[in-house]
Amino acid sequence: MNAEPDTYVTADGRTIGGVLMDLRNITLRFGGVEAIKDISFGIREGEIRAIIGPNGAGKSSMLNVISGFYIPQEGEVYFRGERRPQLKPYQVARQGIARTFQNIALFEGMSVLDNIMTGRLNHMKSGFLKQMIWKGAAEREETENREHVERVIDFLQIQAIRKTPVGRLPYGLKKRVELARALAADPSLLLLDEPMAGMNVEEKEDMSRFILDVNDEFGTTIALIEHDMGVVMDLSDSVVVMDYGRKIGDGTPDEIRNNQEVIDAYLGVSHD
Amino acid sequence: MPTNVLYLIEVLANGLMAGVMYSLVALGFVLIFKASGIFNYAQGVMALFAALTLAGIMEGQVPFAHMINAVFGTKIHHFGWHVPALAAIAMTVLVMIAFAWAVQRFVFRHLVGQEPIILFMATIGLAYFLEGVGDLMWGSDIKTLALGLPQGGSRWLEDATAGWGGDDFYGFFIDKLDIVATGVAIVLVASLIAFSQYTKHGRAMRAVADDHQAALSVGISLNFIWILVWSLAGFVALVAGIMWGAKSGVQFSLSLIALKALPVLMLGGFTSIPGAIVGGLIIGMGEKLFEYTFGPMIGGATENWFAYVLALIVLVFRPQGLFGEKIIERV
Repeated sequence: MNAEPDTYVTADGRTIGGVLMDLRNITLRFGGVEAIKDISFGIREGEIRAIIGPNGAGKSSMLNVISGFYIPQEGEVYFRGERRPQLKPYQVARQGIARTFQNIALFEGMSVLDNIMTGRLNHMKSGFLKQMIWKGAAEREETENREHVERVIDFLQIQAIRKTPVGRLPYGLKKRVELARALAADPSLLLLDEPMAGMNVEEKEDMSRFILDVNDEFGTTIALIEHDMGVVMDLSDSVVVMDYGRKIGDGTPDEIRNNQEVIDAYLGVSHD
Repeated sequence: MPTNVLYLIEVLANGLMAGVMYSLVALGFVLIFKASGIFNYAQGVMALFAALTLAGIMEGQVPFAHMINAVFGTKIHHFGWHVPALAAIAMTVLVMIAFAWAVQRFVFRHLVGQEPIILFMATIGLAYFLEGVGDLMWGSDIKTLALGLPQGGSRWLEDATAGWGGDDFYGFFIDKLDIVATGVAIVLVASLIAFSQYTKHGRAMRAVADDHQAALSVGISLNFIWILVWSLAGFVALVAGIMWGAKSGVQFSLSLIALKALPVLMLGGFTSIPGAIVGGLIIGMGEKLFEYTFGPMIGGATENWFAYVLALIVLVFRPQGLFGEKIIERV
């Protein structure tokens, strides 16, 4: 684990740092079912890390462990080199880990702008009374955060729908708004659960470009789950492959492409 | 102007004012239901408890006096001071916040993820518990709330309008307290809306009402928001308790006004703040108007049942209420 070099530079000139999030021997059970079996891997600062695998491999469970929605029975989570105690999901979010969901979890009744503003909640420090009285500092804070949100809106090119209630948006745009809300939090680790599921080719291309741009411009570390192998191989710096709750591969896209066990899992060789 | 038209206007105006009172109670229900999906049967008792506490603090009553006297054989009942109204209101608000915290900490924290019917049953338990605590703390005698709110018919309005409909018309009779209640309700609703639209905590509150999972993922503590919402509902209960208490004295039948809020909610929808207001006004005006026009024909006392029948009719045609969110389920 510690044998890896501290930093390296990718072919396109991005610097990948040391391990930001380290998962050690994670085991997660639901009753008698082991969703994750003794998995360890790290996510390095500045990289795009993909988690792939067939349906039911435990990928989403893994993401839920990282974001605190699931508590593993065994194993440890290290964030920024420190062991993370058992935290609630909202506490994990406050540490700077933002996420999106496979089935989109947006505030349907609120406008796009309001949805993205909720991503800034942790950056708004003024207390309850100050908010009630609503003057000076609280107002300035709102304006500052609003500016930040507008930058995210520009970045993801959703200016035209700023005031639209999210419930009325088509699926592809909802996905983009959810990404915007996660980005608004200025996360140090961004978790994307199937950001391209259910999209057409054009939407997938857009989303891929946004993910690459986010990583490139803000240096955000990204961990994502994706089914489309072509997309994964193009996007990611390194890939973890899961199957039946086990880790069967870990490496660069090229290494994964040539990994026999991975090929077997995807082509459906029988399990013993 | 013909006299009966003037009477009709008076009836409608009085109905409107009565409706405001219903709206105040319904508002507390909506706040909690929206944010946590809990139908809080105890809202009426919370209004009673808040009013009792306010009256008790103002009179300088010793809380739990009977219990203390029974255990220690003392004979204390009063501190011997009177607390000014504003200070007493502030203290009551603190009591309601403590109550909100306790409800969350000792009841609903242990019931997260339970069926709505279980949560509802818990609030029924809460209602009886709170009624008992109210009795123990402040005694069961009827109290007056001497807040100095204007009361009785508005003389000025009566004089100004007397004679409009000929010699038989003595002018509009509208209770001054109702006018005050209307003003208070408008301010309360306006500030609640401003709070939920323009502040950080308001935004978090709306987020929690919309989607728990998404709220957690942006770092909102559900626990904190629920305490906040129960505190707000406690505050609304206090306002309702003050208005109803000033009108008819602080007595235990006050908790029954919750029952009048039910048809208001069915009419306006359980999830809409404007719905609670409009629903209250419609019921208030509707029952006065019905009593005025049809009451004499069928022997009167229609106000006891009119609201429920109206709500029933609405339920048949619009189960989600006039303003509620439509429930669409995919097959």
